[in-house]
Parts: sequence; structure tokens; C-alpha cells
Amino acid sequence: MFDNLTDRLSKSIQKIRGQANLSEDNIKEALREVRVALLEADVALPVVKSFIEDVRERALGTEVLTSLKPAQVLVKVVQEELVKVLGEETSGINFNAQPPVVILMAGLQGAGKTTTTGKLAKFLKERENKKVMVVSADVYRPAAIEQLQTVAEQVGVEWFPSSVIDDPVTIGMTALQAAKKGYFDVLIVDTAGRLAVDEAMMKEIKSLQNSINPTETLFVVDAMTGQDAANTAKAFSDALDLTGVVLTKVDGDARGGAALSVKNITGKPIKFQGVGEKMEALEPFHPDRIASSILGMGDVLSLVEEVERKVDKKEAEKLAKKVATGNKFTLEDFQSQLLQMQNMGGMSSMLDKLPGMSNLPDMVKDQVNDKSTGRMLAVISSMTLKEKRYPQLIKGSRKRRIANGSGTTIQDVSKLLKQYNQMQKMMRKFKGKGMMKMMQKLGGKLPGGMPF
Amino acid sequence: MINFFKKKNKNKTDKDKLKTDAVTEQVTSDADADAAASKPASQPAHDAGVMNQEIPIDAVDPKQTTPAAEPAEVEIVVPPELLAQGVEPHQYQLSQQLSKTNDNFGKKMKQMLSLKKQIDEDLFEELETTLLMADVGATATMEVIEKVRKSLKRRNLSDSDAVFDALKAQLTELAQVVEQPLIIDESKQPFVILVVGVNGVGKTTTIAKLARKYKSMGKKVMLAAGDTFRAAAVEQLKTWGEREDIPVMAQKTGADSASVIFDAMTSAKAHNMDVLIADTAGRLHTQANLMQELEKISRVIQKNDDTAPHETLIVIDGGTGQNAISQVREFNKANALSGVVITKLDGTPKGGVLFNLAAEFGIPVRFIGVGEKSTDLKSYKAAEFVDAIID
Repeated sequence: MFDNLTDRLSKSIQKIRGQANLSEDNIKEALREVRVALLEADVALPVVKSFIEDVRERALGTEVLTSLKPAQVLVKVVQEELVKVLGEETSGINFNAQPPVVILMAGLQGAGKTTTTGKLAKFLKERENKKVMVVSADVYRPAAIEQLQTVAEQVGVEWFPSSVIDDPVTIGMTALQAAKKGYFDVLIVDTAGRLAVDEAMMKEIKSLQNSINPTETLFVVDAMTGQDAANTAKAFSDALDLTGVVLTKVDGDARGGAALSVKNITGKPIKFQGVGEKMEALEPFHPDRIASSILGMGDVLSLVEEVERKVDKKEAEKLAKKVATGNKFTLEDFQSQLLQMQNMGGMSSMLDKLPGMSNLPDMVKDQVNDKSTGRMLAVISSMTLKEKRYPQLIKGSRKRRIANGSGTTIQDVSKLLKQYNQMQKMMRKFKGKGMMKMMQKLGGKLPGGMPF
Repeated sequence: MINFFKKKNKNKTDKDKLKTDAVTEQVTSDADADAAASKPASQPAHDAGVMNQEIPIDAVDPKQTTPAAEPAEVEIVVPPELLAQGVEPHQYQLSQQLSKTNDNFGKKMKQMLSLKKQIDEDLFEELETTLLMADVGATATMEVIEKVRKSLKRRNLSDSDAVFDALKAQLTELAQVVEQPLIIDESKQPFVILVVGVNGVGKTTTIAKLARKYKSMGKKVMLAAGDTFRAAAVEQLKTWGEREDIPVMAQKTGADSASVIFDAMTSAKAHNMDVLIADTAGRLHTQANLMQELEKISRVIQKNDDTAPHETLIVIDGGTGQNAISQVREFNKANALSGVVITKLDGTPKGGVLFNLAAEFGIPVRFIGVGEKSTDLKSYKAAEFVDAIID
């Protein structure tokens, strides 16, 4: 019933597309659509209003009137405004302080502070090469301290023991002393979740901030938050000296309006985003990419980076060589390709990042089913080495055995073999022409007017 | 508790009326000041959005509250140490908690309505905006406004009080559809309650509250630590179990969730337990493999009792926006849901997404969570909920 923000905006922009000129009237309707879309995306109303106002002012200016393609200009204006609201550039953790650099985590209950603490510790340890210590000042929620201990063990950073009978400020001070003595580069202080209206708890975190004097105070916010994101962000930013925001649970299907609200209200950069349950699922926040994906222009840069990080280079080179030399593309190669694809979060997550995909009918999307990838892998795994190398051997009784072994049906096995044959044909075509020609063909299908 | 609440509200309304009667511009300058203090890109003062900017200021500034509201304010600042020890709750907690919602929503709406004596398109647009701000959701908002319009036309009413009454009637009608309390079928031994939801919504805390509730009703309750994924989730449930003296069946982190719950059912049967509440790991509804795991849990426990689970509760964070709809839809696909719990309604969130869930799914709302203590779980009452929001 609800379209996502991308769909809504594409529609409202398309309404203008058919018309020759932008008038006060048709832009009003389009902006009303944008407004509703942003509200449905859970952007807080005050933010929506200022956003719409800025877009209107800019759109009605000369840039639109002198332009030959009004729709393109409006898309550009909306996108630029989105980027402006979301923050123009990525900024990491500030290390311009005498070590240990103290990072204080703050936020509502269940926003993901402890998980983010673990992810951030891992991120700083592995990508920034820092010696990290973590400590929990959450003396309220049962087993919160144990949770951080387990997380710290998982990511291999120092966990400073704390106890529920201690006062959070004391815990912070003791940990800071220990971090200094142990020559740690970073100390991350996890805190209890608290409501912005809980005065006692807000006072507590204020005094914690005053006593440990953190270089970074990060506000952790759930990407699924509704209108309340504005209230909470305001209260936390009034009470604490925030230096940045971490947006969590971005891997869900929330439209992420909270990001816009929080950025606009606090004025602090969104530094990181949590994109999964695993400890490595923390990425620097890319405002331009999110704005692009909001507008249905796809998150191509993220996709490229993800592919680069996750694809096994050796495997890829092996495959490329095979294709280039025209060597036989076996079921083993097919299997390794499928595995790589699964590593990247499956076909559907890749599709989400491509431009124009939000216009695909849901039926088509359903066909690109990650379930079938799993099934195909199961079928191939039930084959013998010989069968993988010489698939033409697979006839009736072998098919039956493979189907039984993989818990699938004979039809599934036949389907896989058919797909394999098609892949093989495609590979032969690649041999002469190369990828470029293929991509050019694809390029024609990308939505027009998008600046690529 | 409603009495107390109304008293407080009346005072507030009186104050508002005074304000309004005195000079309309008073309100305007207030709103201006608030807008200037809160964010640079301010809107015209009559704008409902800016009025809502007052929310956090209202809620944290004790000077702004009326004397009648004092006890409620004191309750908010219960020292954390006491909170941790599980201090007994007060009768007026729900109204006090929800009054925060009311403070900004109902008050603003009344203020708005008393400013506008005539019904015009602007008024309806402002009503629409106010509902959207409360996370009511576009579909439900449009429906409610449309029905309000129709009912006013039908009865040929034209004053703003009638708008308020019609709005309240519409919201109550929507909210009442899902007011169906959870009844424990005593023929089921144990009555299995499966608790699901996305990460960080308060599943484990809700389970502790539920367990305490049923235990205090004289039922024999057992818990199953089915969240075997998140670090220390098992310990968290065990700690609750120790506090409330309720047996917890657990294996180690990383164990198979379905088998933990299956074993707990066997054990609950052997010990003649009345109720078994099973925790599950928080999972985003977009992750197909984790949703399949949930399907598996149902399949496996049905091998133990083919009528189980007897209740599948989804826990929704009250602060969640329209994504709650997507959550309910996907979880409902994996495991037919029979009840909803909305948590964290003791903060500033308005929980308005409830109306939208009611309109789209009609799954009964069983409980609402209004605090961190194990007693802070209330049965959902539509009238109370709507009253607390707009009265």
C-alpha cells in the first residue's frame, strides 16, 4: 500500500515530466507529493516544511525558467537539498586529542548503542589501527555489562570490567584512568538507554560527559524512528554536547526519514551507519549516496565498493582468465560465482542499489529470489567432482540422486543445468566482445537524465 | 487515574483558553520564540508544526507545568537507583505517561480548534498535519479526516467543538477494533506465547513484565530463552527470572532457538506449567533467512503441541514510524501474528502508528509498555488510549 520514498518521488517528478513548463501550480502539486512522501518516510514535519520551502524557492528561481528540461532541474534541486540537509561530506572520528580519545555513546533504549560500540571498536581497531578499550556504564538493564563483555571478546578489544553497584560517573573515571595507564588510543563508553524526558537520567549522562570530557559524543538513533526522532534529537542535543550521530538498522526497509530529521535538528554530522547484525556491519555514512538512493538514482558507489571488498579477487581473476582464453566454464565456476553473489548479500540487495530498480514491478523483483540461489548451490554441492566438470554426464538416474541428496526435485536439477547452459553460451559471447559492449547496451536502459 | 488526568488536563486547557482569550498574538509570539530556539528554519507562527516544536521544552521544563501536574513530574524523576530496584508503580502512571503525548497533541489540537471558530479547508489540513505528526500514518489519517468530514456534513454541524468530538469518535472507532484482551486458554498446558519483533524493541523486557503479570495472577509461568543470537540475551532473561523467581529454560548462546523452545515445552509439560513465554532473537523483517528461522521455530514446536504457539505476539517500539506496518506485514507472513504489544510509550512518542496498524491488519493490541520496571505493562484499552491522546 505504501510506496517507498523513492517511488513516491519518482512519481511526483514524473507528473511534471510530461509538461512543457514549470508553473507555480504544477510545482505546487509536485511539492505536495514530495511533502506527503517525506512524511510517509517519517521525516519530522518541521524538517519537511523547511525542506519544501527551500526547494520551492530554488525551483521557482531562474534556474528552472531558463532550463530546457524542467524535470531534470527539479530532480537536481530536490537532490541537492537532500544532500544539503543530510550533510555534505563524510566525517570520521576526530583523533585530534591527546590519547585516549574518549567516545561517549548516548541514545534511547534499543537504539543499538552496545552493538554499535562493538562495531565501532572493531572498525577503529581494524581500519584505523587503534588500540581500543570499551567500558559499559549501563548499570540498569540486566546483563548489559555482560553483553558488552561478549561483544568486546568477539571483536578482540579490551573490555574494562564495571559493576552494577557502581555509579556510572565512577565507572567512566576509573576506565579513563585505566585507559591512560594502558596507553590506549581510544576509550568507548557505552551508556544505558534513556528517555529524553527522564530528567534524572539525562542529568546522569550530563555529569558523565563533564567528568570524562569525551572528544566525541555520538547520538545513536534507530533508522526506523518516526516523528519522535526530532523531539529526541533536540532533547539530547540540548542536554549533551553532541559531536555526531550514528544511524542504526539501516539494513531494514525503513525509509530513513529519521536521518534527515536528526541531521537537521542537531546540525551534527551522521558519521556512521549500522547495516547488519554482524560486527563488521558498520560503514561511514555517505549523505550523497543516501540522497541519490532516495531519489531512485541508485546507490552505485556503495555497490562498487561492496563488490570490491567482498569479491574474492583470486577467484574473480581466475574466472576472468577463463573467459578471456575461452576455457570451459564448468559448474564449479558457476558454484563459486553463486557463492560470491551470496557473500554480497544476495541478488535482491544488489538490485536495491541499482538505479531505476524502484520502478521494476514487484513481480519481477520476486523472481530474483535469493532462495533460488541457495537451492542452486545445494544442487551443485550434491554433485560429484566429475559431474561438476562434465555436466553432460548428468542424466536420469544421476539427476534423481542429486535431487535426493540436495533435498530438491528433479525439476530443480534440470532447471539448474539449463541455467548453466545459458551461462555458458553467454560466456562464449563475452570472449570476443568483452564486457564494455554489454554494459553499453545496459546503459541505454538506465533512466534518462540521471547524471552518471 | 483518569480523574487525576482530567484534572491536570483541565488546568492546562484553562491556561490555554486564558492565553487564547487574552490575545491571540500571545500564542504567536510563544511559538515564535520556540521556533527560534529550536531551529533556524522557522515557520509562520500559526503553523501547527512549529507549535509541536514545544514538545520537548514542555516536557522537560518544570516551570511550565501546572501545580496539579506536580506529582506526575515527581514520578518522572524517580532516581535511577530506585528504578533499578523495581520500585512499585503508581496508579496514575499510564495517564501520566501518556499525558506527554496529550500535552503536545491534544493541547495543541484544542488550542488550534479554539483559535478557529469556523470550519474551513485550512482547519482540516491542520488536523491532517497534526495526525501525521503523531505518527498516525497517511492512510489512517486520510481515512479519519474523510470520515470526520462526512459525519459533520451528515449532521450539518459547523462549530469546532463538533470537529473535536467527531475526530475523537473516529479515532476511538479505529482503536476499538483491536481492543481484545489476551485470554489464557486453560485447556492448553502449557499455553505457549511466542514473542517476536525487530531488534531493540523491548522483547525481553516485555517477557519479564508478562511473566510477572501471569505469576501474580496465580499461574505457573516458565520462560524459554530463545534469543540465542545476541550477546548476553540469555543472561538478561535469566536475571529477570531470578528477580521474579520464575524458572528460565536456557541453553548457551549460539544454540538452536527452535530446540531451546521445544525442550522448554517438554519441561513445562512435565512441571505442569500454565504458561510458557518464549523469547526470540530480534531480527529485521527484511532478512529472509532470519524470517525462515522463525517459521522453523513454529514448525518445530508444533511437533510438541500441534496447536502451539497459542499466541504469537509482535513487539513494536512506540517510537517507530510507518515502518511498523512493514514489520507487522513481514512477521505476519512468517508466523501468523495474534497480538501486538506497543512498548516505550512512557517517552515522547505518540504511538499513533497503532491506528494505522488497526486499519490495515486489525490484529488485536494486547498490551502497552509504559516503563522499565517489570510492572510497567498495561492492558490496552482503546478508550483510555484515545482519551489520553486527544482529551
